[in-house]
Order: sequence, then C-alpha cells, then structure tokens
Amino acid sequence: MTETSFKESRESVPTHAVSTPIVIVGHVDHGKSTLIGRLLYDTDSLPDGRLAQIVEGSRKRGLSVEWSFLLDSLQIERDQGVTVDSTRIPFHVGDRDYVIVDAPGHRQFLRNMITGAADAEAAVLVVDAVEGVREQTRRHAMLLRLIGIRHVIVLINKADMLDFAQDKLERTEADVRNLLGLLEINVSEVIPASARDGDNIATRSERAEWYKGPTLLEALANIPAPPSRANLAFRMPVQDVYRFEGIRYVAGRIERGTVREGDRLEIGGQGQEATVAEICRWHAEHRGVAGPGESIALRLEPDLVPDRGDLLFPAQDKALAPIRSARVKTRLFWLRGEALHVGESFRLRLATAEYDVTVVSIDAVVDLDDLSMSPGDEVPPDGFAEVTLAASRMILFDPFIPGMPDGRGVLVDRFQNIVGGAPLLEAAEVPSGEHAIHPTISRVSGNSRAALHGHESAVFWMTGLPGSGKSTIARGVEERLIADGYAVTVLDGDTLRSGLCQDLGFSPEDRRENIRRAAHVAKILSESGQIVLVALVSPLREDRKLARHIIGAGWREVFVDTALSTCEARDPKGLYAKAREGKIPDFTGVSAPYEAPERADVVLPAEGNETSCIEQLTGAILTAVKRPS
Amino acid sequence: MTLEQPRIMDGLDQLEAQSIFILREAYRKLKPMALLWSLGKDSNVMVWLARKAFMGHIPFPVMHVDTEKKFPEMYAFRDEYVRKWNLDLLLGYCPPVEEMDPSLPPAARSAARKTAGLAALIEREKLRGVVAGIRRDEQATRAKERVFSPRGAGHRWDVRNQPPEFWDQYATPHEEGMHVRVHPLLSWREIDIWRYIERENIPLVDLYFAKNGKRYRSLGDQDITNPIESNASTVAEVIAELENSRTSERAGRAMDHESEDAFERLRVAGYL
Repeated sequence: MTETSFKESRESVPTHAVSTPIVIVGHVDHGKSTLIGRLLYDTDSLPDGRLAQIVEGSRKRGLSVEWSFLLDSLQIERDQGVTVDSTRIPFHVGDRDYVIVDAPGHRQFLRNMITGAADAEAAVLVVDAVEGVREQTRRHAMLLRLIGIRHVIVLINKADMLDFAQDKLERTEADVRNLLGLLEINVSEVIPASARDGDNIATRSERAEWYKGPTLLEALANIPAPPSRANLAFRMPVQDVYRFEGIRYVAGRIERGTVREGDRLEIGGQGQEATVAEICRWHAEHRGVAGPGESIALRLEPDLVPDRGDLLFPAQDKALAPIRSARVKTRLFWLRGEALHVGESFRLRLATAEYDVTVVSIDAVVDLDDLSMSPGDEVPPDGFAEVTLAASRMILFDPFIPGMPDGRGVLVDRFQNIVGGAPLLEAAEVPSGEHAIHPTISRVSGNSRAALHGHESAVFWMTGLPGSGKSTIARGVEERLIADGYAVTVLDGDTLRSGLCQDLGFSPEDRRENIRRAAHVAKILSESGQIVLVALVSPLREDRKLARHIIGAGWREVFVDTALSTCEARDPKGLYAKAREGKIPDFTGVSAPYEAPERADVVLPAEGNETSCIEQLTGAILTAVKRPS
Repeated sequence: MTLEQPRIMDGLDQLEAQSIFILREAYRKLKPMALLWSLGKDSNVMVWLARKAFMGHIPFPVMHVDTEKKFPEMYAFRDEYVRKWNLDLLLGYCPPVEEMDPSLPPAARSAARKTAGLAALIEREKLRGVVAGIRRDEQATRAKERVFSPRGAGHRWDVRNQPPEFWDQYATPHEEGMHVRVHPLLSWREIDIWRYIERENIPLVDLYFAKNGKRYRSLGDQDITNPIESNASTVAEVIAELENSRTSERAGRAMDHESEDAFERLRVAGYL
C-alpha cells in the first residue's frame, strides 16, 4: 500500500454512525452494574470470552450468574464488591451504536462518575423500587443537571420486589419526578423494570401489563440526535500555533459555528483582526469550509501569532461576540476533599484559555437533603454552590448551556489538579460601593521559596504589656537569625505607627485597624518566604484572633509574660508614669484591659532576663522553620 | 449564491478530530514527549493521526521498545517507514527475562520485560509525556483508563486514585519523577481502527492478513502471540470478518489469560 493515494471521494467507504454515549447512574446497590450486564446480554453484545468469564467468576465464588461481574473486571473491585471507576462498553441495537458509561455509586468516587458522565448524550437514572430516592440519587441527579445532560430516562429497578404493583411503583415514580422537577430536568420516560430478570429491558414485561410506555431499549432508540451547532456564531479557541516549512498554522477545534476561507475573525479580547486565508488539513481533500467538532489549522492574513487560549470569533458584529467580564457567576460542583472558602485562588480553565481567579463570594450553597439553596461561608467537599469568581483579566465566554461546549469552566489548583467544575452562567455585577478587585495568584509555590531561603516561613506574633520587652527581644532574635543566614523581618508597634499607621490613634477601633494592617504586612512578608516577628501589645484576644485569621497557617503566638509591676518599674519610655498621672487615656495595663493568651505557642517567662528570652525564642523559631531533609 | 456547508461528521471523523485534539493538547502541555510505536495496527494509526495533527511533521520522537523477539516482518516495516514517514526514532531495549518478577506467570513475565525497557527509556529521555495506542475495548483493565493518565514514582498506575477528567480538560501534573501516559485512541474500537485504515490507506505489516488460513489479529512478541483461523487477506475482508466476530481481540495474547489478575498486575506496574 502507498500512503499518497488517499481517496478523493469517500463514497466507496460506508459512513459509520456516531455512537451515542449513555451514562448509567444511581444510588449504590440500586442495580446499575446488573442492568449493564443484562443490556449487553439482551443485545447480544458480549464477546464469547466475556460470558464464559462471568459464568466462571460466579461459579468460583459459589454464586449464580452475576451480571455485574462483567463490569467489575478489576480484581480489587471484585474483592470489595464495589465498582471503583467508570468504564465504557459499546453495544448496538439495530443499526444504532451506543457506548455505556458505567458510573460508580460509591460516594467518594464522585469524580469518576463525572469523568464518565460529562460526555454522555443521555442518562439512565436507576432507582430501587423499594428504597426509592436516596442520597446518591439526589447527588447524581444534581450532577446530571450541572454537567449538562438533557435527556434522562428513569428506570425503577427491582420492581419484582413489589410484584410490579402499579400503585406502589407509581409512588416511587412520583418521588423521582418531584426530585427531577426541582432540578429542572426533563424526564423522558419512567420505566418499571427488573434488570436481573430482564423485564422491560429488551422485552416487555408480562408482569406489568398496566405499563404502556417503552422498554429501556425502545427508550434508548428514541434519544434524539444532538442539535446541530453549525449555524451558531463561530467559536474556535486557539489550541497552539505551529510553524512548519515557513508556514504558520493556528491550530484548534471548532466549538460551534462554521468558518470559511475569507471570513474576518477577531482574535482574543484585544481587538486584533485577521482574515482566514486557508483552512488546512493534512491528507484530506481541500475544503474551504469547516464546521463544529473539526480539528483544523488556519492560515491567517495578516500572519498574526495568537496565543493559546485566544478565542477566534466573527469580527465586527457585536451580536456574534462572546460576553466579556472579569467577574463571572458560576454554578460550581466542588471535587476537592476539603471545603472551599471565599478568598481562595485558582486557575480557571475554559476550553484552552486559562485565567487566574479568586472566589469573591459564595452566593448560595445547595442542601442535598431537600435541594434548597441558602447563603453559606463554605462549600463542603463534594458540594454544590453558586459562586462568583473574579479574574485578573477579562474572561471571554458564552454562558453554559446543557449539551453545548459553551461556558465549561473547570477550576485547577496550583498543582494542575482539577478541583471543581464551574459552568459559567453570566457576568456578575460588582456590588455597589465595592471596587472591582481581581487579585492575581503567584505561580511560585511555597516550596520553591523555602528552597530559595533554605527554611520555611512563619509569623511569630508577640503580645505583652507595654514595656514587657517585646521589641528588645524581637531585635535580639533578628540579629541572631540574620547572623545564621535566615531571612527575618521585625514589625514593631512604634515603627508601624510612625509610618504605615500614623493616621491611627489608640481607640479600640484604631487599635484593631493597626493590628489588621500589621497582620496583612506580616502575611505578605511570610509569603515571600521570610520569618516575621510582630511585636505589638495587641491586648485583646478578639483582635489577635483577627490577625491569626488573616495570617492563617504559619501563625504562632508568643506571650511575653512580664508582670505589670516589672513593666512599670522598667517604664523605658516613661509611659506608665504619664498614664498614672492621667495624661494618657486608655493605657493598657493601667486604664485599659490586657487579655493574656490562653494557650500561646511560646511563653517567655515573667522574670526571665532578655538574653534567656532571646535564646528561648530563637530556639523555638529554628524548630518551627527547619526544612524536612 | 449558496455557501458551501461543512460536512456532517461521521463516527470516524469524530474519532479522528478528538484524537488530533488530544495529541495537540499533549504536545503543548507535556514536553519532552514521545510516541510509542509498537509497529502494530493501532500505533500505525496513531502515527498517522500525529501526522494529521501536525500537518505531516511529527514534532517529537517515536519510540520503539524492542524486545528483540518481534517478527522479522515487523523490523522490516519499521525500517521502511522510519524513512518514508521521516520519523525521529528512539530505540529502547529490554532486560533479560531472568531479571523479571519470578512470581508472574511465564508469558506475563516475558511481557514484563517491555515494561522495564519502557521505564528505562522514559528515564533516559526524561520524558514527561508518553503517547500510547491503547483502547478501552481491548481489555477490561484498559477500559478504566483516562486519556491523560498520570504515573507516579516508579511509573505506577494508581487505578484507585485517578484524577477527574471531563469537558476535554486533562490533568497535567508537573512533579519530579512523574510522567503522563496519553491515550489518543482510548475511545476507538477495533473495527474503527480497521475502517480508518481502509479509509486513509494506512500501511500495515503483512502479518495481519491471512496466509494458509491463519492471520494475526494482534501482534506482540513471537513467543507469546498466536495467530487466529482466518481467510481475510485484505483490509476489507478483515472488516467483514470483524463485523461477524464474537471473540475478543487479545484472545491470542497469552499473558491476558494466565490468571485472573495477571494483566492488571502488569498494568499497575506500568505495562501499556
């Protein structure tokens, strides 16, 4: 054979239908795997070897034929009796091809279900006739909505357990319809069935004569083809730009719409425009047009060099342009093991584009028990919420529509792990009185900085009465650590008040503001890799709690526990004397309270001399910032 | 004047477009990267798709991990098409079977050589991306794979802790000692491969076509691959045969059948 003789016409080769992906979801033990095994058996889609494997596998375990063994093909799965991952199995009915995506019901394997379900054209939601709607039924239904499955078939399984009694089965059906109605999911069919016995799977059940709807196979055959995206406004996110033999190719896959040679396109958000000079494909007949789903390469005139992520769309027609906004409302499904909080930063991946984003508000959190929405402080692991993201630059997007590639945002952490899906809903307004703030996140990890400095960073927050020796000790420790090659900064009260905080007095509000500013500066310094010593009276527990909250992990409290009498006797700045004379109002220890820490990380003893305190604190710091070798 | 309309994509068009998208993502995100070319039908299709993705110029090497036990026809094929397709070929060699885990059954132990040879090549070239032509429909364990499958230290596949993968967004971890296996053919079926070979006229080793009533359906090492009964001597005849076939493709691969978990153990350790 030679490779150059490609066929000009495809007429001689039969075209093959696209296979329809179907995801099967539902609560654990409601019978998903059994259903799939049964479907394959009934449609005669099992290779000869597989059926023998099932029979043999079942026999070895002393069981009658278990359809689910077909899927639980991994040793570890069988040992646990739980399907651990999604898998895909092709089958066909008549001349239509399907791919079954099996999604596990076990709760912690949610991400596997999403992996399987995201591409599906339709879903079969399996609900146990006796148990009815359960926690994972709700969770999976919610996900079907969020990942954009439009066509849902409900299978009321194990109906034989209720002798196919119409009244009982219709009660389960009403519950399921109620659930899906709340989620605005259209139910195409609700089928009473027994996957194990084959009732209403491929053949009509003789035990449910009252049921007039389709069997599962008939319902699958009725799944409509996805609507064409060819007539929508053109979108192609740039995937990469190549240069081969002097020709520049702008490569990408068309998300929707049609492009023709001669079309005028806008490139990204910067207002650059170019004309499509050529639509290039390798080893295929030349056609001056390309449609949705095609992976192509464009030659542009002028020969611009777009960046990966730049969106190509029709130029000079606002009606055909995407939305631009640096603030976006999203409907989040959260996949990380820990809760999500306001202020956390991520990268938002949208097709091939990436944006630095920060969660600026959690607008509503879904309660999975009754699917109600209420404002919350955090999104729990595996939770659902409406969340507003602020980006460091304009996001170009089309709102998410089920079954379309538009607005499919995904959040990744700084290790490039996918931590959530965030379908983009609409541009968000900046609340009045608030400025649009779009922080960028550093791509340098704490580890890299620690490697640079040779130690971890930390904040040691020193609290104590005026004159207790905080600044003196801090300066002593600073000197010691710098001499040993550590990066250290001291923030003490008087220094801050002579500059950054010179607008502040000593009222409780101003003291709190002083602490807030000091805490933010300490946080910035520690994020730069430094060891920070903050020496501030910070008399109130509530205020120190604020500082601790701002600084987060890496905060340590140091109590300079010098008795009031000692401080007053020392009185290095003559302040106690003035306070006693009434010349300084609200003086901590005299006319304002001092709340000692209840559980400080380091306590420097009341009557210890400064040298031993410096010694002790230096030791505590070195222990805390030592790098694990 | 009516405008020319885009062609309606059939199943092969969609598979091709998706594979091209995957190859372009991988090349952009995982450098250095190389493509595993086993000389079999699937990896020939994969090389072909890479040429499609990069307008005829594959901008990364192809690797052949040589067990030195392949059929002579395969070596001849390799040498011919390295030239014709202008491929940048990297060769890797496999350690002797005596160095492999003695608790594996004999054929799996022999197959494990390839895992070790591949691991050595990945280390030598410091690869972050390894493109492999496995398909979900070949084998139940492979059905569990991701398109981008991160491999941790020791190249192990952590099947129980795979990253989520949806909406064409792939995990691209960048940590010391990790690489990512990329599987552009994961969604293809055996019959799709053959129909695509027919449509695109992709050359193959002759061993796939029947001589004296036997042909190879899947090609591995000579000592652990068996031919099947067949009279299919052209691509069209192979397709016709597959349309009526009910046995699985890897039935001729000994290591898949020695014990229930032998193949899975191979894969967790880094086998393809």
